[in-house]
Amino acid sequence: MPEEKSITELGLDEYRYGFRDPEEYFFKTPRKGLDPEIIAMISKHKNEPEWMLEFRLKALEIFLEKPTPTWGGDLSGLDFDDIYYYIRPVENQGRSWDEVPEEIKNTFERLGIPQAEREVLAGVGAQYESEVVYHNLKEEWEKQGVIFLDMDGGLREHEDIVRQYFGTVVPPDDNKFAALNSAVWSGGSFVYVPAGVHVDIPLQAYFRINAENMGQFERTLIIAEEGSYVHYIEGCTAPTYTTNSLHSAVVELIAKPGARIRYSTIQNWSHNTYNLVTKRGVAYENATIEWVDGNLGSKLTMKYPAVYLMGEGAHGEILSVAYAGDGQHQDAGGKVVHAAPNTTSRITSKSISKGTGRSSYRGLLKVHEGAENSKSRVECDALLLDEKARTDTYPYIEIEEKKVTTEHEASVSKVGEDQLFYLMSRGIPEDEAMALVVNGFIEPIAKELPLEYAIELNRLIQLEMEGSVG
Amino acid sequence: MLKIENLRVAVEEGGEIVKGLDLEVGRGEIHAIMGPNGSGKSTLANALMGHPRYEVTGGSVTFEGEDLLELEPDERARLGVFMAFQYPSEVPGVSVANFLRTAVNSVREEELSAMEMYRLLQEKMRVMQIDPSFAERYLNEGFSGGEKKRNEILQLLMLQPKLAILDETDSGLDIDALQVVARGVNEMRGPEFSAIVITHYSRILRYIEPDYVHVMLDGRIVTSGGKELADELEAKGYDWVRQEFGAGTQS
Repeated sequence: MPEEKSITELGLDEYRYGFRDPEEYFFKTPRKGLDPEIIAMISKHKNEPEWMLEFRLKALEIFLEKPTPTWGGDLSGLDFDDIYYYIRPVENQGRSWDEVPEEIKNTFERLGIPQAEREVLAGVGAQYESEVVYHNLKEEWEKQGVIFLDMDGGLREHEDIVRQYFGTVVPPDDNKFAALNSAVWSGGSFVYVPAGVHVDIPLQAYFRINAENMGQFERTLIIAEEGSYVHYIEGCTAPTYTTNSLHSAVVELIAKPGARIRYSTIQNWSHNTYNLVTKRGVAYENATIEWVDGNLGSKLTMKYPAVYLMGEGAHGEILSVAYAGDGQHQDAGGKVVHAAPNTTSRITSKSISKGTGRSSYRGLLKVHEGAENSKSRVECDALLLDEKARTDTYPYIEIEEKKVTTEHEASVSKVGEDQLFYLMSRGIPEDEAMALVVNGFIEPIAKELPLEYAIELNRLIQLEMEGSVG
Repeated sequence: MLKIENLRVAVEEGGEIVKGLDLEVGRGEIHAIMGPNGSGKSTLANALMGHPRYEVTGGSVTFEGEDLLELEPDERARLGVFMAFQYPSEVPGVSVANFLRTAVNSVREEELSAMEMYRLLQEKMRVMQIDPSFAERYLNEGFSGGEKKRNEILQLLMLQPKLAILDETDSGLDIDALQVVARGVNEMRGPEFSAIVITHYSRILRYIEPDYVHVMLDGRIVTSGGKELADELEAKGYDWVRQEFGAGTQS
C-alpha cells in the first residue's frame, strides 16, 4: 500500500503510535549483540532482496575483523555486545511523553517548540502539520521526477537504482563503523534527482516524518544526475533524544557532471552518545559537493565529511562547526581528495570548547599525481571559552602533484578579557557578551544555513553555554 | 553626579598607577583631564568603567549616589556610564548593527522595535558622517584608526549615557575626523550630559570646550582650572607641570 494513502486513511490517534505496516509493530531483535542470525532476521523482517542480505552479511564479517580504531577519540567505553542493533522505530514512538527526561523537555520549552513538535523530536509522536506540508511538496517533486523516500522505501520501490549505487561511495570495508552500518543499517533517506532538475526547496528529513530518520544506523544515499541541484537538510536542532548509546550513520552522495549537492546537518545528540559517522561524496566533472555540518552534544563525535573530486573542474566545500561542552569530545573535520585536474576545494572548520570539553580538527587533504592546477584551502579556527578547555589540530596533507596551490591556516583564540569588557561596557551582560562573541565566531558557517536553522544553531549554542560564565 | 575620593588603582604588571585621586563632576559639566604619558589617565578611565585588570586598592567612587566600584561593567553602563575606548576590541562576525541593537536594548528599559532602531541608527550615522554600509561591517574588524573612533562616538550617540569618559579619543585623528568626533560629543551636550575628556593634547579642547581642566601627574590631579589652563599647558608644556607640581615624583 502506498504510504500517503495509509496516512490519510488512518485516524490521527492511530497514527500517533506511528505504525505504517501493522506487521512491523514493536519489532526488535530478540537479543543484544551481533551475529549472522541477527542480520538475517533484520533483512527478513524488512523483506529485502537476497543481494542486500549478502551485502549485510559480508559487511558483518568485515566489522568483526576490523579492530576498533585507536586514533581519534576514546572508544573504550563502547561495548558492541550491549547494543540492540535493530529496534523497529515504532517502538521508540510508543514511548510516552512522561518518559522523556526533564532536561530535554526543558530545552524544548526554552526553544519555544510547540508541544506537537516536541513530541516528534523526542520520538514520542507524529507531527501532523509538517505531514501536510510534506505531501504538497511531494507532489511537486514527483512531477519533476524527484524521488525522496526513506532508504527502506527506496530499496523496495527503486531497487535497481539502489543496487547500482549503494555502498559504492562508502564501501563496507572503508572503516569499522561503515562496516557496522552496512551490516545493520535501517532508515535514512534515498534521494534521486533526474538530470537538469533544480529542486528549489531544500529536502528536509524533518518532513519525511518516518521515525526511521532518527534511527541509530541510518543510511542515506543521494544521487544528483547531470546538471541537477539539490539541497538536503538533515537532523533537527533540538536534542535528539535516544536511549541508545551508539549512532553510526553512513551518507553517500553522488554528483554527476555539472550537478551540485549541498548537504546540511545540525545535530545535537544526548550526552551519552557515541556519534561515529561516515559521510562522503563524489563529484564528477564540474560538479560541486558542499557539506555544512554542525555538531553539538554527544559524548564523542568522530565525523569527517569527505569529498572526492573525480572529474575535471569539480569543487568541494566543507564547512563544519563543533561545540564541545563539559566531558565532550568533538573530533571533527573534513577530507578532500583531488583526483582530477583543475579541481578546487575549501575546508572551513570552527570549533568551540568549554570547560573540560575537547575539540579536535582532523583533516586530510590529498592531491593525486595528475591533478594539475588544483587549488585547496583549509582554515581551522578554535575558540576556547575558558582556561580548562582544550583544542588540537591534526591536519594531514599528502600531495603527489607539483602544480597545485594549497593554503592552510589555523588559529586558536580565547574569548579575551578585553573583548568581554568592551561588550560589557555597553551594557551587555557577561553571558550575552560571551554568546555574541561565539555567534560571531560561527557566523561564516551560520550564514550558509537557512535562516531558521542558523537562528536555532545560535540559540542552541547559547543554551549549551549557559553556566559557562562564573 | 560623579564623586571620586582618594582613588587608588593598581595593575598587576605596573603596581599602583592612580595614587589617591579626587574629582567631582556635576550634571551637565565637561571636564578635561590632561597629562603626560604614564600619568595614569587611561588607568583612571578603565577603573571607572570596571576593567577587571585594574584593581581598585583604595578610595571610593559614587555615581548618582551609587557605589560604582561594587558594580560590573554592564551594570555601570546601565546606570548611564560610558567609555569611548582608546583601543576598541575587534569582534569578528558581529556586525556593527547587531552589536548596537544588543547594546541599546541592554541599556534601555523598553526594547526598541526594529524600525525604531533602524531610524535611530541612520540618524546617528549621518551625524557621524558614516556611510550606511558601515552598519554591516564586523565590529572594529579592519577598521582604520579614524573609523574606530567614529564608531566609538556613534555608540555614545546610540546609548545616550549620562556620563561619558573619552579616553584619548583624539589620538591619531586628522583634523577632519577630529571635528566629526567633536561634533558627535557636542550633539550630546546639555544639562543632563556630563563628560570626562582625557587627552594628551589641548587640540580637541578647541572643539569640545571644557568647563574645567585638570592636570594629572603621577596618579594624582595636581592642578585644576578653567579652559584657560589648557592653553597655558599648551604654551608651557608638561615640563612646566613637572617642575611646578611634580618635584620629587618624577621617576
